[in-house]
Amino acid sequence: MRNPQINGAGELQHLLTLEGLPPEVIGRILDTAVPFVSIAERDVKKVPLLRGKTVFNLFFESSTRTRTTFEIAAKRLSADVINLNIGVSSTSKGETLLDTIDNLVAMNADVFVVRHAQSGAPHLIAQHLSATDRAHIHVINAGDGRHGHPTQGLLDLFTIRHYKREFSALTVAIVGDVLHSRVARSLIHGLTTLGTAEVRVVGPQTLLPTAVESMGVHVFHDMREGLAGCDVVVMLRLQSERMKGALLPSAGEYFKHYGLTVDKLKLAKPDAIVMHPGPMNRGVEIDSAVADGKHSVILPQVTFGIAVRMAVMSILAGSQAPA
Amino acid sequence: MKIEIHNGRLIDPLHGIDRKTSLYVAAGKVASIDEPPAGWHPNRVIDASKLVVCPGLIDAAARLREPGFEYKATLESEMEAAIAGGVTSLACPPDTDPPLDEPGLVEMLKHRARSLNQAHVYPVGALTVGLKGEAITEMGELAEAGCIAFSHADAALADTQLLLRALQYAATFGYRVWLRPQEASLARGGVAHDGEVATRLGLPAIPSCAETIALDAIFELVRATGVRVHLARLSTHEGVSRVRMAKKAQLPVTCDVAVHHVHLCDVDIGWFNAHCHLVPPLRSTRDRAALRAGLADGTIDLICSDHSPVDDDGKQVPFAEAEPGATALELLLPLTLKWAQEERVPLLAALARVTSEPARVLGVRAGHLAQGAEADVCVFDPDGYWTVDPRSLRSQGKNTPFLGLELPGRVRYTLVGGQVVHEA
Repeated sequence: MRNPQINGAGELQHLLTLEGLPPEVIGRILDTAVPFVSIAERDVKKVPLLRGKTVFNLFFESSTRTRTTFEIAAKRLSADVINLNIGVSSTSKGETLLDTIDNLVAMNADVFVVRHAQSGAPHLIAQHLSATDRAHIHVINAGDGRHGHPTQGLLDLFTIRHYKREFSALTVAIVGDVLHSRVARSLIHGLTTLGTAEVRVVGPQTLLPTAVESMGVHVFHDMREGLAGCDVVVMLRLQSERMKGALLPSAGEYFKHYGLTVDKLKLAKPDAIVMHPGPMNRGVEIDSAVADGKHSVILPQVTFGIAVRMAVMSILAGSQAPA
Repeated sequence: MKIEIHNGRLIDPLHGIDRKTSLYVAAGKVASIDEPPAGWHPNRVIDASKLVVCPGLIDAAARLREPGFEYKATLESEMEAAIAGGVTSLACPPDTDPPLDEPGLVEMLKHRARSLNQAHVYPVGALTVGLKGEAITEMGELAEAGCIAFSHADAALADTQLLLRALQYAATFGYRVWLRPQEASLARGGVAHDGEVATRLGLPAIPSCAETIALDAIFELVRATGVRVHLARLSTHEGVSRVRMAKKAQLPVTCDVAVHHVHLCDVDIGWFNAHCHLVPPLRSTRDRAALRAGLADGTIDLICSDHSPVDDDGKQVPFAEAEPGATALELLLPLTLKWAQEERVPLLAALARVTSEPARVLGVRAGHLAQGAEADVCVFDPDGYWTVDPRSLRSQGKNTPFLGLELPGRVRYTLVGGQVVHEA
């Protein structure tokens, strides 16, 4: 099966998923992001790599953090940024997803950053663009349904590499609602591609997808066993609508079994790092003492997220390599 | 009109005939085979020397989209597709808008179909009013209007007490009931098979037990009521095993598989190919292998097209939002031939799955070529390969996972009631 995000010349055309992305491509994105971290520390935080280009932030599902970081990333690359929070309003007006895209293409878009509640929506847009001879327009998946959130996966990889250097000796535990998590899926693909020694998923059966082992992970239902000897602990956000009902009896019982506390974290390696894609539910999946503690790298993740998104946009649409 | 179909490979699965011979058609009926009737002067002779001559195909599930969904397809377009595919009889599920729950609708459909003078249309009536699962329909009136069976199509029927009552009522009068085995609550919200592919792609999933739990419930209800049930669209390995056991236990059940599920599995979804959004979902390679084995050993009685034309707008959306279904009337024969080739099933046994077997399940006198039978005939070139292409399909729906594929079996002539209604 041809990877739809790699073009005929073997270059990255879109960023739709981390699945099937060659390790060299992931490595190149992470390497490209390194100098962008320091740009943020300068007085003038701009480089002209995307000058004259127009980036459309196309959010069919609400998001503040991801949209903002994409906006900052694009502006630091000197692109023009248009934010469109489409929500459900366009469908109620009868306009289809692809009609919306066609209209924005007519406004000379160069990059679409797409967030959509349905898995596969960015793939659909990318296929539509290539089927209509507009393959020069790039699509970046900013989260689609439960499927993928590749820039989040990349920033997680960047963070892990920043603190731990090598993937080949690491044990990484991903804890919580893997079933509904695009973040988890993207991170699992990235970690396995980069040769991580062991990737674990930890959660109750109701929150783990069927046959998740086929993605190359080990399954743990007991959090204490799952955390034992880990270098990296990634906590997933538990959506409030999952806290009560058929998947879980209550937030309290969830925290008791799967919440990350100082006590449980002691089972991981002494230098383990704790990550969270945000926004956090303190006292549901993570205790404040851990979130704000010395193992936490949750805020650096946000900073790195901007650099990684700059790297992705500059590789896809940039005029030259960063100086 | 007298037609001689000369020197073809005549295959009549019901009578076990597979030999090079001629078929003589007069006054809409099969006049004779092998030897011409006395004083034979044909109006037309069709040279079938390199062709297969078989009974017109019978499709147990083809949605013609009338009434209600004329923007997806019309009776004209889909009846044209049927004869282009060698299909001379077809059963339509009741999931039209409004559903086929009133005699007037059934009569109108039959009348419209008859006026086109093409394939025979056999409506399947709705088992409950509006397919809502709340009240049973006037089955007697519907049967009188022409319904050959009653079904709930793909609509959920969550109330088992109502299902029991409906089966008891149908059993009382000897009506056949067609049920798609799917436990409604387990299927709720799902769009793909609960396995590796759905996990990877993050698609809401339907577990295999949605089918097996429904099958177990249906078998219990069949035991309790004695009703004859046809199980529509098996999809799982476990489902095939259960039907095999039920048949061994002499339960009065038959079953079918959609032609897509004989060839495809969840891996074919690839990167969210909406053409592979089907009901039931495409399942694993293991399930597909079991369906093929079930077809070969007769556990599965027949193959149907499950023809569901969908317009482009219905498919040009993200996978889960796409309208399920595929156009398939014109692919039923080619895909059946492809299965037979791959599994080394003799042509006679393969064609039985789309002629004599569906005739038995529909309870119609068609699907064979004995003397005096209605002359519904399909004449095709088994070595004629063609590429599935939006332009090569007569159906208004161009939605099929097989676009771009080369398939065997080009229909050259279709006869309905002794008239050549299609030639190519």
